[in-house]
Amino acid sequence: MSSRQRLRGVIAAPVLTVLGGILLWGFSGAPAFGDFHGAYGDLLNRIAVPQRHTTNVVTAIVFDYRGFDTMGEEFILFASVVGVVLLLRDIRKPAGSKDDAVQSDAIRLFGVLMVGVVVVVGLWLAAFGLVTPGGGFQGGVAIAGGIVLVFLAAGYRPWRAFGREALLDPFEGGGAASYVALGLAALIAGTPFLHNLLGNGTTGTLLSGGSMTLLNWAVAIEVAAANLVLYTEFLESYLVPHLSER
Amino acid sequence: MTYLAYAVVAWVFAVGVYGAIVSRNLIHLALCLTVTQSSTYILLLTLGYRHGGRAPIFKGVKLGTAAVDPVVQSLTLTDVVVSVTVIALILALALDVHRQSGSVDPDEISTLNG
Repeated sequence: MSSRQRLRGVIAAPVLTVLGGILLWGFSGAPAFGDFHGAYGDLLNRIAVPQRHTTNVVTAIVFDYRGFDTMGEEFILFASVVGVVLLLRDIRKPAGSKDDAVQSDAIRLFGVLMVGVVVVVGLWLAAFGLVTPGGGFQGGVAIAGGIVLVFLAAGYRPWRAFGREALLDPFEGGGAASYVALGLAALIAGTPFLHNLLGNGTTGTLLSGGSMTLLNWAVAIEVAAANLVLYTEFLESYLVPHLSER
Repeated sequence: MTYLAYAVVAWVFAVGVYGAIVSRNLIHLALCLTVTQSSTYILLLTLGYRHGGRAPIFKGVKLGTAAVDPVVQSLTLTDVVVSVTVIALILALALDVHRQSGSVDPDEISTLNG
């Protein structure tokens, strides 16, 4: 630790103590732990199941009651991925790197076996997002995590089969676009934006939620592809120059 | 016990900011920012907790059973997504800075460009 850093720490500590004190003072006005009665949350806990036939109220909020916000959220992710791609574009050098193969057979075997397991868990999280804990965002991240295991277990060259922008971009753009398309379809049908057009379905089954199911999958595809684009960009900006130096 | 969760929020927030202040590495700085933001997840989930409440998922549960607030949980989901996007952008910027100046130390970068 340099002297400059230590000086900063000495200055910061009392300031942060005061800040923490002010935060706690502010929290003293908040409801006591476990004693919160938000009218909106209580209401949704009661009406979401009869009204929307989805047993996961959080997902019902994400894709229905606050579906418009989720569209914005999805485009935040989309915009940031575009930003990362633009920032890292110049760093990349032409491919032609040596393969940074994984040496241990045990890691290869276990990793490759886990690819399928993790992707299936991701698909399951996304598919049952409206029924049990999960949803498109969570499932999408798990699917991307499963696919990135290909790189971790088998090395860069096998990963390139998945980590290509030409392959991922249509999924990313398509996922984001189909969310908007589903919203516009409701408008064209003469109902409010993002209105559920497909009916509510049977409570507690995969066929519950109607349009929400489609929105859920649109988000799952978008999130999985967005994460994979990010991994691809960071891996290439790091690995390709790194490997070609050796 | 009542304020323990809130104290954890204040602590995590302060630790993250402290790390950002003494940080000498942009990647470390990005991680400190993530720690700071994590305090907001704890705050949101703390606010929505109810004694004896289950998760707001009613598969195989009678309707009207006490459950925690689902709204703050969906807000936390949004929060996590924003956190991921922010850290992705910051890390990309850090790589860009490293390419331009050959360093990820904020102090060195300012002297190089100053």
